[in-house]
Amino acid sequence: MADAPAGVLRRAGEGVHAYGLIVGMWVRSTMAYRTSFVMMALGNFAATALDFVGIAIMFTHTDTLGGFTLPEVALLYGTTSTSFGLADLALGTMDRVGRRVRDGTMDTLLVRPVPVLAQVAADRFALRRLGRVSQGVLLLAWTLYRLDVHWTPVTLLLLPLMLISGAVIFGAVFVAGAAFQFRAQDASEVQNAFTYGGTTMLQYPPTVFATELVRGVTFVVPLAFVNWLPALRILGRDDPLGLPGWVDFASPLVALVCCALAGAAWRAGLRGYRSTGS
Amino acid sequence: MADGEGQGTVDGFIELDGVEKVFDVRRKAGFLRRERHRVRAVDGISFRVPRGEMVGYIGPNGAGKSTTIKMLTGILVPSGGRLRVAGIDPARDRTRLARRIGVVFGQRTTLWWDLPLRDSYGLVRRMYRIPDARYRANLERCVELLDLGDLLDVPVRQLSLGQRMRGDIAAALLHDPEVLYLDEPTIGLDVVSKAKVREFLRDVNAERGTTVLLTTHDLTDIEQLCKRVMVIDHGRLVYDGGLDGLHAVGGSERVLVIDLERELPPITDVPGARPVKVEGPRQWLAFAATQSAAPIVAAVAARHPLVDLSVREPDIEEVIAKMYADRKAL
Ligand SMILES: Nc1ncnc2c1ncn2[C@@H]1O[C@H](COP(=O)(O)OP(=O)(O)O)[C@@H](O)[C@H]1O
Ligand SMILES: [Mg+2]
Repeated sequence: MADAPAGVLRRAGEGVHAYGLIVGMWVRSTMAYRTSFVMMALGNFAATALDFVGIAIMFTHTDTLGGFTLPEVALLYGTTSTSFGLADLALGTMDRVGRRVRDGTMDTLLVRPVPVLAQVAADRFALRRLGRVSQGVLLLAWTLYRLDVHWTPVTLLLLPLMLISGAVIFGAVFVAGAAFQFRAQDASEVQNAFTYGGTTMLQYPPTVFATELVRGVTFVVPLAFVNWLPALRILGRDDPLGLPGWVDFASPLVALVCCALAGAAWRAGLRGYRSTGS
Repeated sequence: MADGEGQGTVDGFIELDGVEKVFDVRRKAGFLRRERHRVRAVDGISFRVPRGEMVGYIGPNGAGKSTTIKMLTGILVPSGGRLRVAGIDPARDRTRLARRIGVVFGQRTTLWWDLPLRDSYGLVRRMYRIPDARYRANLERCVELLDLGDLLDVPVRQLSLGQRMRGDIAAALLHDPEVLYLDEPTIGLDVVSKAKVREFLRDVNAERGTTVLLTTHDLTDIEQLCKRVMVIDHGRLVYDGGLDGLHAVGGSERVLVIDLERELPPITDVPGARPVKVEGPRQWLAFAATQSAAPIVAAVAARHPLVDLSVREPDIEEVIAKMYADRKAL
């Protein structure tokens, strides 16, 4: 019954509704400490902004990085930051699952009539993570202004598709990471390697990395679909692996597959939940 | 199995047939070596609770009370046996069942720490999609009976343990659950809060016909609330019946602690009570737990210069230990 498409849609709708409700509660909780929130949000913004300043400084010594100009690198940086920032804002606090499993407070989420995934996704929602997204968006705006490329309807469509697919892929990594914490409650480090480590990598042109690494990021963990492949198409460049052209448009498909896998991992994790002794 | 199904449809709102829960526990046994062993937290329990009953589920620490509640709510999947609540298999249909049950975990609040109490209720209203009129009526009633009026606009972090527990109980009842599970709802509460909680539960059960299952190791809770009590020990049901029967089976005794004006020889002239300890002006008199304390207090007060007194309930651990001793003696 629950697997009928209508049932799945209804549950998804309920999940989104519950997610919104809980996010609202956390935002209001945050506002109980307004000053500290403002400080954190600014700090978050400054930290991520300084990160790019580092790259910009590099370009005062060289004109290209792995054959890419500053605006081109900025496109990679801006798209990853935006995608990751969105996922991080929406789901980044999910890694509290481990703590909830360890201390047994997961129990209280299981007796609610809404999907546990939605409750966990909204858990400790941190509005201050807007800092990273805003940095990504600002940088992206600057890039689009400076970037010297020939835009076609196809590449114009590819840009938002890339941002959304990227966010969804990162989101799936967050969900899968959280699912894994049902088994190993301190697995968040592994997940961080994919998410934070992954974004750091995607901020640079693929040409600066060894081919083996790029291949791994493309096929094993499909992070290359977040921005490298579609961005290279926008920039009118060949990808270092010489993949067929349609792959540049495969990001939404990859994102869907990632969601399915992450969903399966989540269900398996939840099924294995065994609470704690008092 | 076949006759189990047959019985189940008769009157069981909550039905358990040979329910088991086994935990595989891995323990560190030296460097890198891990020892696996199995804990039979619930070891073949069967009982039925009809709709509208209020039942006490008691037993010493580690007996399997919380594990039973977690299976009844669908948090844990039983390792064996059959379990139904309102005809639903909780582990399979957890989310659907959730609308119809209320759960209070004594040590885990579901209230929002940094927000006024009222906001937590608002979330419940929207999460359970409680109709407006229903919600307002239920909240009003909880606020009145649990004395929450002055607390609604106070951030939860500023509430005392007892106030928070009252707040949690109200949160669990706003959506009109058919059954309410409470796991140690009075643990650590002050006397006033305990009394309010008990009175409220009695009212909810009587007025709304909510089925209530509460675990506790405070026998006073049971005494004041439940006609029926189930005792669980080492995962097995060792007693299921009235409280009087439990005291009779356990041969348990309550103790009257009295403070006299001055040191006196042990009091032996009160029928039904015997002195068990004397310490200066304070004396301890034991009497059968099945007996009312009032005539004994009256008799003591009539004959001796009484300053103060209190009654000590029999300890649940003691009652169960005695039950075992008696069973062996049989
Ligand atoms: N999630 C769990 N994992 C391993 N052992 C558990 C778990 N939950 C309970 N136990 C064990 O099962 C037994 C019963 O626990 P519990 O139901 O919490 O007892 P009670 O609530 O009666 O104090 C205890 O020995 C406890 O250590
Ligand atoms: Mg317990």
